[in-house]
Amino acid sequence: MSAIPFSSAAEPWILPSRGRVAMLSLIIGESAIFTIFVVAYLYYIGKSLSGPTPQQVLEIPLFNTVCLLSSSITIWLAERQIERGNMRRFTAWWALTMALGCIFIAGTAVEWHKLIYLDGLTIHTNLFGTTFYSLVGLHATHVVVGLCMLGLVLIFSLTGHVTEANSERIQVLALYWHFVDGVWVVVFTVVYILGR
Amino acid sequence: MRLTIRCHGARKIRQTLLSVISLAAPFIGPALWADTSNRIPSLFAPESTPAHSIFGLSMFVLTITGGIFLVVGGLLAFAIVRFRGRDNDSSEPPQIYGSTQVELAWTVIPILIVVVLFLTTARIIFAIQDAPKPKDSLDVTVVGHQFWWEFRYPKLGIVTANELHVPVGRATWLHLLSADVDHSFWVPQLAGKTDLIPNHPNDTWIQPDRPGLYVGQCAQFCGVEHAKMLLRVYVDTPEQFAAWVKNQQQPGVQDPSVAEGRHIFETEACTNCHTITGTGARGTFGPDLTHLMSRDTLAAGATLNTRQNLYAWIESPDHMKPGVLMPAMQLSDAQIDQLVAYLNTLH
Amino acid sequence: MADQTLPIGGSIDVTLARPEARTALLEWLHGWVVTVDHKRLGILYIVYGIVFLLVGGVEALAIRLQLAWPDNHFLSPELYNEMFTMHGTTMVFLVGMTIVFGFANYLVPLMIGARDMAFPRLNAFSFWMTAFGGLLLYYSFIGGFGLYGMGAAPDVGWWAYAPLTAKAFSPGHATDYWALSLIVMGFGTLGTAINVIATTLSMRCKGMTLMRMPLFVWLMLVVSALTLVTITPLTAAQIMLTIDRYLGGHFFDTQAGGSAVVWMHFFWIFGHPEVYVLVLPAFGIASEVIPVFSRKAIFGYPAMVAASVGIAFVSLGVWAHHMFTVGMTSVGNTFFVLSTMLVGIPTGIKIFNWVATVWGGKIRFKTPMLFALAFVFQFLIAGLTGIMLSVAPWDWQLHNSYFVIAHFHYVLVGAIVFNIFAGIYYWYPKATGRMLSETLGKWHFWLFLIGFHITFDTMHYVGFLGMPRSIYTYEPDRGWNHLNLIISLGGLIQGIAVLIFAWNLIHSYLRGKRAGNDPWDAWTLEWSAPSPPPAYNFATDPEVHSRRPLWDLKHPEDPDWKYE
Ligand code: HEA
Ligand code: HEA
Ligand code: HEC
Ligand code: CUA
Ligand SMILES: [Cu+2]
Repeated sequence: MSAIPFSSAAEPWILPSRGRVAMLSLIIGESAIFTIFVVAYLYYIGKSLSGPTPQQVLEIPLFNTVCLLSSSITIWLAERQIERGNMRRFTAWWALTMALGCIFIAGTAVEWHKLIYLDGLTIHTNLFGTTFYSLVGLHATHVVVGLCMLGLVLIFSLTGHVTEANSERIQVLALYWHFVDGVWVVVFTVVYILGR
Repeated sequence: MRLTIRCHGARKIRQTLLSVISLAAPFIGPALWADTSNRIPSLFAPESTPAHSIFGLSMFVLTITGGIFLVVGGLLAFAIVRFRGRDNDSSEPPQIYGSTQVELAWTVIPILIVVVLFLTTARIIFAIQDAPKPKDSLDVTVVGHQFWWEFRYPKLGIVTANELHVPVGRATWLHLLSADVDHSFWVPQLAGKTDLIPNHPNDTWIQPDRPGLYVGQCAQFCGVEHAKMLLRVYVDTPEQFAAWVKNQQQPGVQDPSVAEGRHIFETEACTNCHTITGTGARGTFGPDLTHLMSRDTLAAGATLNTRQNLYAWIESPDHMKPGVLMPAMQLSDAQIDQLVAYLNTLH
Repeated sequence: MADQTLPIGGSIDVTLARPEARTALLEWLHGWVVTVDHKRLGILYIVYGIVFLLVGGVEALAIRLQLAWPDNHFLSPELYNEMFTMHGTTMVFLVGMTIVFGFANYLVPLMIGARDMAFPRLNAFSFWMTAFGGLLLYYSFIGGFGLYGMGAAPDVGWWAYAPLTAKAFSPGHATDYWALSLIVMGFGTLGTAINVIATTLSMRCKGMTLMRMPLFVWLMLVVSALTLVTITPLTAAQIMLTIDRYLGGHFFDTQAGGSAVVWMHFFWIFGHPEVYVLVLPAFGIASEVIPVFSRKAIFGYPAMVAASVGIAFVSLGVWAHHMFTVGMTSVGNTFFVLSTMLVGIPTGIKIFNWVATVWGGKIRFKTPMLFALAFVFQFLIAGLTGIMLSVAPWDWQLHNSYFVIAHFHYVLVGAIVFNIFAGIYYWYPKATGRMLSETLGKWHFWLFLIGFHITFDTMHYVGFLGMPRSIYTYEPDRGWNHLNLIISLGGLIQGIAVLIFAWNLIHSYLRGKRAGNDPWDAWTLEWSAPSPPPAYNFATDPEVHSRRPLWDLKHPEDPDWKYE
């Protein structure tokens, strides 16, 4: 219709990627869940009516933490490789990321085994147990979910189904992994530093 | 049928009249309702210091919000009537997209109103909540139970239930605890409500200025019988209060003529849950029965304290107050008779 | 408007007759179950919500019958408690949330000129999660195992204060069904919220800048963002409750040092913003309906957007106004008084802008407009009673009384349900191709309005007379008797009105007048598509130049983009 004077080709029409938007939204939502658990943890520090206390049983999982945090770097390196189309290097960094994640989970398993069988701390022992297993467990669940997704990508890339064209999706997934790592910094500070 | 008009006694008539008025009440407005009958726990009939300050504040807020309503509602009504479209007119009105000045005005005015409301409110909050405790105040510890009230007067050595006695004119400081779930202490004419929360002690206070009976009830849903967790506060003259205290401090009456009833009480499980001083009964799960007969109602106001009702209660508490935590003890009629006879001596 | 030839894709060249006219019932059902079309999902949400509106309404009527006179034995105390818990939970989660997100699903892509939501399959998944959550909740009537092995629905109130929800006080599984169903529905809602955000940010048609989006879309964007940070705390709290009940945790176990007050905080951190999640879309509907039937552009569009964002932000910091009586410090109380009152300012802006939109217009009193105007009026009152409640000392009196019940039904029914009705009357022609009957609509409106006021105006008053909520019966000597009877009668009138509405929906679907593309002479993009729109919405991607693209087309001499 003549009344509309704009030529439609004038400005390019660019909108943000929906994958990224959705992942960021998910991360905001997840952050709210973690906030509630963290607040509960902080509030209940020192409120248990019986032992064991964090001072008595918790050890700082330094090695685990280093592994998990460095996996953020390796996944970032993988992202860079896929952008450039270096699929073999991408797969290698990706696999390393997964390995680091798996070490972290294994470390948590060892820690929990000790807490449960040596120290007798379970989720219903006292408030510390309840909040500790919930918060750390919530994070561990996220790591496991993340590992499953990383695993899928690894399988696809080993079978040659991942290409440069997928780099956008890979980056969206990596965003999630960065989030999981970032949350660990908070959980670590709250549980092993403030809480002890 | 509750709906038919019953006419025994002047009080009933007055109440019926009141109910009829209440039909029109929403239109007449709240002020008329004030001090009609003190069985109506109306917010607009305050009889105690904190309730008075709240009432004053509420009238102030009601005036402001009422004013806002008249202005904005009036403008809306005017616009609707004035700007209705005609059927035969299909032209479009002038399009107006906004106006910065007008919009600024109606942002700033509400800000000013909020400032006023907030400052007034804050003053009353501090005045009531942070009021210093007078030296001569009476201390009462209130413990909420599913579904009854325990009142302890630590300095007077009294334990009673469901019916609180306080002296007129003096402040009573209430320390609020809960034995199980959340409850809330609310006698509208005396003060606003405060919750009783396990693991979270609270305090509140009242200072009634007229003797009389003030009713209220638990105001936080606490389970099946939340509705029948009623509260009665007797504001006594100093003499009445002194006499009441004196009576409550006595151990349970020991009347040999009802020894059988007492024996049943002491050998059945009653003692697990109830206390009667001067006997072996030390239970604390249920109300203290030492001066049961000094109370006008049974089971937190579920029924009047008469012989028949007491009988019916012991026979089957669940019938009177379904979901209550006192079990039916499966006693024979004769046993209950004797029990009731015994309980009837506990003045 | 038969002679309109809209170059905006869709209306001229799409007259596809539906080929599936006479397929077998099963296939038809199958089509609805596997659909990923945002319009069908939207309709599913709304139909689901209306069904539960009837269910929740029947529960409300049961409540009102029980309370019609003192010492009534229509419901046992246990059943009464189940009724109000289920009524509240149903109305908030299964009626409010589903209908609101149903509208979002149906309208957002159409209004921004997109062909579908950003993630159609996630969309279907979210709907079925929500639907499943609702069934889980109602299954508790059969599978809940109450005290005596009977089915038992949850009976802890919709706020479910600890420690009443602990195993010790709520044995059986009713409370578990409640917690689980809310967790499940929470994930569904989260999915939809993410979807709406991604759709509005990434799928807008050419020219549809953020400040040109219809207000409804804006409000859904704000609501979805708000949902991200409000539904999730509820999910977290429910997970904790479930840990307590199944694994013996102690989060809210007051015997082991846990805190009942922490639950209250977590619940209201969710619960307060939640009520704005429900009301903001209602604002959105009003902001579409009122301009069209006043024949004027919305007054102060940028202020409307800013106010919505403002309300959402402030609403995150007011939750403890539900907790003035739990014994916070005086400073804490004062803080929440202030933050709560602040919400009145952006909300006031919205009310004034609606009034200004009507001002100087030529109002057409069609059914959608009647509901929307009644909404403005009622929301004004409801907001002012909210301000009264926010005055903490007065709230010490009013808390948990029928005054609160009156306040929030004024918003939930007087604002949200009224606007839902407005929205349904307004967009039904778009979704079905048929007009709803105006005659039945007017009957519905007036009866509902009268019933509403009889019920909820009176409730304020029994609240002033000291009647607490959640009680299954009351003493006959408190002066509440006749008032309660009136309230109950009003509920009945509302019930009749709702039945008329249901009948109108069905009757008009079969017999209603054909609608055409644009029966209301409206301005937003959805009215350029055929009614009902084809699966792909627009044959060619539309392009817009102002907030009212169809106005520009109908008034080429005076288009909007000159003024924006
Ligand atoms: C959609 C739902 C909705 C909405 C929009 C609101 C809006 C508001 N609500 Fe309401 N509320 C509920 C739903 C809602 N509420 C529910 C469900 C409960 C009870 C939950 C339960 O216990 O089960 C509740 C309970 C509740 C309480 C707790 C009561 C108690 O339990 O003790 C309080 C207390 O402050 C409150 C306040 C407010 C305020 C201040 C607003 C404000 O947003 C209102 C703002 C609007 C206006 C003020 C009017 C327009 C403004 C002007 C005309 C400008 C000029 C005005 C001024 C300057 C004041 N609400
Ligand atoms: C959107 C939300 C919403 C809506 C629409 C309603 C609608 C109504 N509510 Fe609701 N109500 C709540 C949300 C809502 N309520 C909440 C959150 C609570 C708090 C719960 C709690 O404390 O835990 C509450 C509590 C509540 C109480 C307090 C209970 C108590 O504390 O003891 C009462 C009492 O009167 C009440 C009454 C009503 C009435 C009369 C309606 C009427 O408007 C209903 C009108 C509708 C109908 C009457 C439907 C008619 C349908 C038929 C007649 C269908 C029959 C046919 C078929 C089945 C095919 N409600
Ligand atoms: C399992 C505990 C338990 C046992 C056993 C028990 N009661 Fe009770 N009783 C209660 C509780 C709890 C209440 C308060 C009920 C309420 O108001 O909700 C109560 C209330 C009462 C009341 C009303 C008190 C008042 O102040 O209003 C009387 C009278 C009473 N019991 C008598 C008895 C007698 C007599 C027996 C024995 C035959 C008995 N009870 C056994 C728990 C018990
Ligand atoms: Cu105690 Cu309600
Ligand atoms: Cu609120």
